[in-house]
Amino acid sequence: MNSPLNDRKAALMGMGDSRLRKEDARFIQGKGNYVDDIKMPDMVYMDIVRSPVAHARIKKINKEAALAIPGVLAVLTADDLKPLKLHWMPTLAGDVQAVLADEKVHFQMQEVAVVIATERYIAADGVEAVSVEYEELTAVIDPFKALEKGAPVLREDLAGKTEGAHGKRYHHNHIFTWEAGDKAKADVAFSAAEVTVKQDMFYPRVHPCPLETCGCVASFDPVRGELTTFMTSQAPHVVRTVVSLLSGIAESKIRIVSPDIGGGFGNKVPVYPGYVCAIVASIVLGRPVKWIEDRVENISSTGFARDYHMTGELAATKAGKITGLRVNVIADHGAFDSCADPTKFPAGMFHIVSGSYDIPAAYCRVDGVYTNKAPGGVAYRCSFRVTEAVYLIERMVDVLAQDLKMDKAEIRSKNFIRKEQFPYTSAFGFEYDSGDYQGALDKVLNACDYKGLRVEQAAKRADPNSPTLMGIGLVSFTEVVGAGPSKMCDILGVGMFDSCEIRVHPTGSAIARMGTISTGQAHQTTYAQIIATELGLPSEVIQVEEGDTSTAPYGLGTYGSRSTPVAGAAIAMASRKIHAKAKKIAAHLLEVSENDLEWEIDRFKVKGQDAKFKTMKDIAWAAYNKPPAGMEPGLEAVHYYDPPNFTFPFGIYLCVVDIDKATGETKIRRFYALDDCGTRINPMIIEGQIHGGLTEGFAVAMGQQLTFDAQGNIQGNTLMDYFLPTFVETPKWETDFTVTPSPHHPIGAKGVAESPHVGSIPTFTSAVVDAFSHLGVAHMNMPHNAFRVWQQLQASGVKS
Amino acid sequence: MIPSVFEYHAPSTVSEALSLLGQYGDGAKLLAGGHSLLPMMKLRFAEPAHLIDLNKIRELSGIREEGGVIKIGAMTSETALIDSALLQKKIPLLVEAASLIADPQVRNRGTIGGDITHGDPGNDHPAITIALDAKFILVGPKGERTVAAGDFFLGTYMTDLQPEEILKEIHIKPFAPKTGSAYCKLKRKTGDFATAAAAVVLQMSGDVVSSARITLTNVGPIALHAQAAEQALVGKPLTDASIAAAAAAAMAICDPAEDLRGNIEYKTAMAGEMTKRAIRLAATRCK
Repeated sequence: MNSPLNDRKAALMGMGDSRLRKEDARFIQGKGNYVDDIKMPDMVYMDIVRSPVAHARIKKINKEAALAIPGVLAVLTADDLKPLKLHWMPTLAGDVQAVLADEKVHFQMQEVAVVIATERYIAADGVEAVSVEYEELTAVIDPFKALEKGAPVLREDLAGKTEGAHGKRYHHNHIFTWEAGDKAKADVAFSAAEVTVKQDMFYPRVHPCPLETCGCVASFDPVRGELTTFMTSQAPHVVRTVVSLLSGIAESKIRIVSPDIGGGFGNKVPVYPGYVCAIVASIVLGRPVKWIEDRVENISSTGFARDYHMTGELAATKAGKITGLRVNVIADHGAFDSCADPTKFPAGMFHIVSGSYDIPAAYCRVDGVYTNKAPGGVAYRCSFRVTEAVYLIERMVDVLAQDLKMDKAEIRSKNFIRKEQFPYTSAFGFEYDSGDYQGALDKVLNACDYKGLRVEQAAKRADPNSPTLMGIGLVSFTEVVGAGPSKMCDILGVGMFDSCEIRVHPTGSAIARMGTISTGQAHQTTYAQIIATELGLPSEVIQVEEGDTSTAPYGLGTYGSRSTPVAGAAIAMASRKIHAKAKKIAAHLLEVSENDLEWEIDRFKVKGQDAKFKTMKDIAWAAYNKPPAGMEPGLEAVHYYDPPNFTFPFGIYLCVVDIDKATGETKIRRFYALDDCGTRINPMIIEGQIHGGLTEGFAVAMGQQLTFDAQGNIQGNTLMDYFLPTFVETPKWETDFTVTPSPHHPIGAKGVAESPHVGSIPTFTSAVVDAFSHLGVAHMNMPHNAFRVWQQLQASGVKS
Repeated sequence: MIPSVFEYHAPSTVSEALSLLGQYGDGAKLLAGGHSLLPMMKLRFAEPAHLIDLNKIRELSGIREEGGVIKIGAMTSETALIDSALLQKKIPLLVEAASLIADPQVRNRGTIGGDITHGDPGNDHPAITIALDAKFILVGPKGERTVAAGDFFLGTYMTDLQPEEILKEIHIKPFAPKTGSAYCKLKRKTGDFATAAAAVVLQMSGDVVSSARITLTNVGPIALHAQAAEQALVGKPLTDASIAAAAAAAMAICDPAEDLRGNIEYKTAMAGEMTKRAIRLAATRCK
């Protein structure tokens, strides 16, 4: 390309440009607009009375003392919600969840009553003044004990129901059994196998812990009969539908707005009791009601993630070729099955568990179980249950390698789905769209001098005076994102499409409205870049709006790395509709046939005649000024995109750790992350997303865990104990990439924000376990904090 | 995280503060940096009716040397300790320990006096002041009295400070020449309390340890003074064996509580490890 063309292309700041984030100007100046920034005239405040115990019968709730406090306007309990049939609500997973505890509490910190007052401080005083009499029941914390014969009945509301939303329940604390793959075929592979390995592993209960906690401002206008609610939601359109179904208010009279959101990570997908109570309170009082939870409430009661007790088995040849996979999971869903799963499967996309490997026979089974813990099960920076799946297969491949005394890299090479096998249908039925795993692995091994690292490790192991154990972790993960094809995905029956509406204004600027909502991903920046490249308009003059159900087209929201794979495709498709109309206008203006035109960066020109052209800006003016006869004026388009398939980003991660033999502290010496997210829209933002995902992966692997004592008291629900790494703890990240575009996506993009979380967690475990592998250790459960690693040092007889 | 109602007082002199304390008695709490008290109030574990803020009392802040003693006002912030050229030169252990407390925001507000009088064995200054053989100047309605750091801490959240008294100053003798010191603190992350920490002050006479002070943080109901560990070192050359003996003696007096940082065995072992590391580091600084 000659230089003027380059200049024109650069001026657009379109795809491939590391333009600065448009959002940052307001964030770094404190000019963001978060839910708690919203103030409305006459607004009042809600606070929540929560259960101090995990399992109990409610004998009596005494409201009088609270109601006697000047400024307390109302105290609502389940009995007050009953006439509205709102004391229970349906969950996304087909169960029901108590909005306010109805006769029983099922977990510590469960919502029991709400207090509404004229001031936030008075609401808190009101909460303290509400006294609740409990008759304590035996709490069940361990899901295996929950399934024992004589275990207490947790969900009395389901008594006698042997059929749940996902089929048979075989025990009163059992939720569902879900199977995928071919059990008989897998069993044959195992009975014929030369080698088999089996490993139990626990993926602990963790919490996404976004910096901004959940909250809302609900405002019902009794005169107009309209409800406006500002809330921390990753899926405002879905919330509008749910609120309409629950309240009976016409969907057209409900407006849900997600303003700036301070991180979601799956935690802001569900509909929480606090939202429902604030909306009810606003309807009852006819005044705006604000509810903002604090950190302890957020960690203790809103959507947790993981809590999977997994057993993996691999069958293989002695040469290391995997012939079969079996997986069994006990899934602890807590008190209600309110997992935020947008697929038709109760364990989401867990059956991506065959990973990046060509495994001919595979079977998995997941059993959901009730316990006296907070409900949830959200996709914490991942597609639903993909993090658990990737963890399991990557651990199992390491376990097999160790059993066979084979190198981790070698066994992966041996089992990869090869480049020429794509599109590849897995034993579980996923059609992997594209990939080049071996190419990426070779790149990482060379970049890190993998052989040299192994030499260094051998030397350290031979040296009794070495103060550290050295471990090398390696992971080759494949994610499945972009939920999703309506044949496999829906929320409450609504397909998982997404949408975009673009209007090009007469002077050549544009606005795009989207069904997604950024929680920090910088959609306003990257979406504009797609339009810039597709339409030849500078991204600087393209406004992107999302999050307001009254202005945006219906969309399913942002989670599961679906914004670029689904909404990004809708943008490209809507742009192409405009592009097609623009071409007709250009032909009219240039008085040639459409076939005589060619597109060049920002203009249509008559083929071979550089001087005869109309820019998109010229065309925009003409669209409102003198469109061809018979053509309707204007230049806009809407597109709803139902993806034909998921996308399958992948990566190769390598980690080197040094473990202090005396303290158990693990230093991450090196972490090298190669990601392939297909077409790259904004490399700088991708880099930022990867840094963020790796840091959250580091947090999960090395420190995060929600633990409970035997009575069901949650431990460590403040940021003093719950591990959110600061930049002091965060390792230095090295990033790299390959580009394998998705063949079915309009711009070839696959999604990136979650890969680093999904991929890094097993990499840390792989590295920590590798440090002990010469001592016969095949697996260690997370988190790999100093205390737990020290216990392994003791168990392995390592002397400092 | 909303405290119950309280009345806020901001006296500008010690005598004003003392008279408020006398007036409100048990219903009052003194506010220094607030990093322990305010979270407890927000959780409603503490619900004082009156909060007496000491931050406006200028006479309670500052670091000076007077008559061969370093005198530190109780309301001196951790950041001020860290930035003090005088302390860097004459009591580097205090600077090192303050640097390991929490994070910059906490250190900007948190004070040495608040850290001491809270009586939390997880705080760092109790062990540090015992290691430095500091004297606390307490002022009450009847005047001033002096208590040695080693006698001040009575139990978890319990100290010799009487309800009508305020900690005014901390007095510490500057290090003699060729004194080496170190504070080794194991913590899970920035902002955390110690899993275990050890403070060591050493003097060497040639190859022989002539004096040693060893104290431990967060491995008992109060900061621990490991006197047997000191005896394992004094009068002997510093060897792997003597260091191991000192660490074993330090571990022998540990009585930690199990929590998410670790069990009793781990915390005790870490107290030993931190003791070893602090002795070795202090020895390299005996110049």
